[in-house]
Amino acid sequence: MTSQTQTGEGVARPDTRTKLYWAINDNLVLIGRHLGHLTRSPDQLFTALMLPATLLLLFRFMFGGAIDVGNTAYVNYLVPGILVIGVTMVAVSTSAAVQSDMQEGVVDRYRTIAMADSAVIIGHVVAAVVRAAISLVAMVGLGIAVGFRPAGSALDWVLVAGTLLLFAFSLAWVAAVLGLVARSADGASGLGLILMFSPYASSAFVQPETLPDGLRGFVEHQPVTLVVDTVRALLLGLPVGNTGWYAVLWWVAILGVAAPVATRLYHRRYA
Amino acid sequence: MEHEYAIQVRGLRKDYGRVEALRGVDLDVRRGTLLALLGPNGSGKTTVVKTLSTLTRPSRGSVVVNGYDVTRRRNGVRSSIGMVSQFVALDWLHSGRENLVLLGRLQKLSKTNATRRAAQLLERFELTEAADRPVKTYSGGMKRRLDLAASLIVTPPVLLLDEPTTGLDPRSRAVLWAAIRQLLGEGITILLTTQYLEEADRLADQIAVLNDGRIIARGTAGQLKQGVGRERVAVVLSDPEDFRRAGDLLVGAGLTRDPETRTISLAIDGPSRVKHLLDLLAEHGLAIDSLSLTKPTLDDVFFALTQRASDPPEADPMPARREPNDELGALR
Repeated sequence: MTSQTQTGEGVARPDTRTKLYWAINDNLVLIGRHLGHLTRSPDQLFTALMLPATLLLLFRFMFGGAIDVGNTAYVNYLVPGILVIGVTMVAVSTSAAVQSDMQEGVVDRYRTIAMADSAVIIGHVVAAVVRAAISLVAMVGLGIAVGFRPAGSALDWVLVAGTLLLFAFSLAWVAAVLGLVARSADGASGLGLILMFSPYASSAFVQPETLPDGLRGFVEHQPVTLVVDTVRALLLGLPVGNTGWYAVLWWVAILGVAAPVATRLYHRRYA
Repeated sequence: MEHEYAIQVRGLRKDYGRVEALRGVDLDVRRGTLLALLGPNGSGKTTVVKTLSTLTRPSRGSVVVNGYDVTRRRNGVRSSIGMVSQFVALDWLHSGRENLVLLGRLQKLSKTNATRRAAQLLERFELTEAADRPVKTYSGGMKRRLDLAASLIVTPPVLLLDEPTTGLDPRSRAVLWAAIRQLLGEGITILLTTQYLEEADRLADQIAVLNDGRIIARGTAGQLKQGVGRERVAVVLSDPEDFRRAGDLLVGAGLTRDPETRTISLAIDGPSRVKHLLDLLAEHGLAIDSLSLTKPTLDDVFFALTQRASDPPEADPMPARREPNDELGALR
């Protein structure tokens, strides 16, 4: 039905494969695009690592002495919180990246190609997970350098990575929603800031028991605290209890809402 | 199944909330021809292109591209078109080559094919030298050329170009025009939007003039220019009384009066008529401050069209915008 127009030079002919093959292909291609950005502008990743690194040093050497966290050294209490902050940082940058994509019209081009639409947002989100993994490795390394002595087993480490990457994945979808809603770059980073602060009002730096009642109620029950507590218990070899399950349930539920909403918004944008 | 028309639009309407962007547009573009959609900013040109390219849905009417309906057969449409939007639609951090390879792979080319095709296109659009630099370092003209290349990876039967030369310097514009002509020669059907009458004149088989969401005229460039003359003369009379009297005195095809700048402009057959005009004004003791000869602009065509139209142009008078009659004329 399509009329193939002959050009003088070699005509590029599409390969014929299954729909699934192409959907996976499209996702991989766009994930590759965002990973390309990592190497193209390493300064962005560097900036995203600077904040948690600075906080780690600041709390380890300046404020830490004044914070009492019971049986363990403060640095052991602190590093799991820093890991979460680092992951949050790189996941939230998804909102600005999505927004600028929408703005710059490159998405218009994807939309006029017969490809898997979902790949556009998935590419961003998966790239966020890769950035999160880089951030984790860097922060664990820095943590050990300043005295962090984890007690977890190899399995604990696998569970830590799994929990944090799930957290990154879900949070990146939420950030993508914000990026799709925002009408400007400033709007996107403004909305992202709300997410960015979520780990500060958690058990990342201090024990919730030390907080005033109202704040304590929020901090103890908000989903980022669950992630911090799970990661901390695993790394310090403490009993995790149900906290781990709650953390996973929360973030799977958040994912279950954010991913369809982001997909809908992406389609809706061009109604 | 071959269709005689690559693009068929019937009764296309588009509202954004209470704003009516398109108020009933009909278009037919015959295979292998170029239709220029000519209109000022805000006339609805981009909305037409967005509808044709499935970026936006029509509120009413039918739009068929290469035999596919844009609401029911989006993927069919998407496989049939290449598109260059007004804003460069590329990844600025990646190189030109990477952009083309990536887009090729999204269009179902194998890695080898995508790489080979990218190299061909870079060569064709004289971008080989800059191929491996990030796009953000490209000049405006290079970006547009790359953008055009990006829409040709899998040679589309239909190409949609939304103001492809706006903001380009004369040389880049000429390069792009040459590329567009070559594509026409290859049998591709092109719809191009533009604000420049001269551009439509040079490239188009047919021109449709869009104003305020409606097609107010269609035809060849020659037909559209009939009412405005091939050359125009404009005189400025700064004295308000002289301006008024001259306006009553002069008659001619496509006569326009602009009270704000006290300019009267009209079509003339040739430079000899200028003397005539000057004599006439002098006879009546009217002093002119300046005189200039111009090529007809889009405004002139619009004025002539809206004057001829049986229903008077509503409210919105033509914006007092006069495109500088730059290199377009000189390049003929």
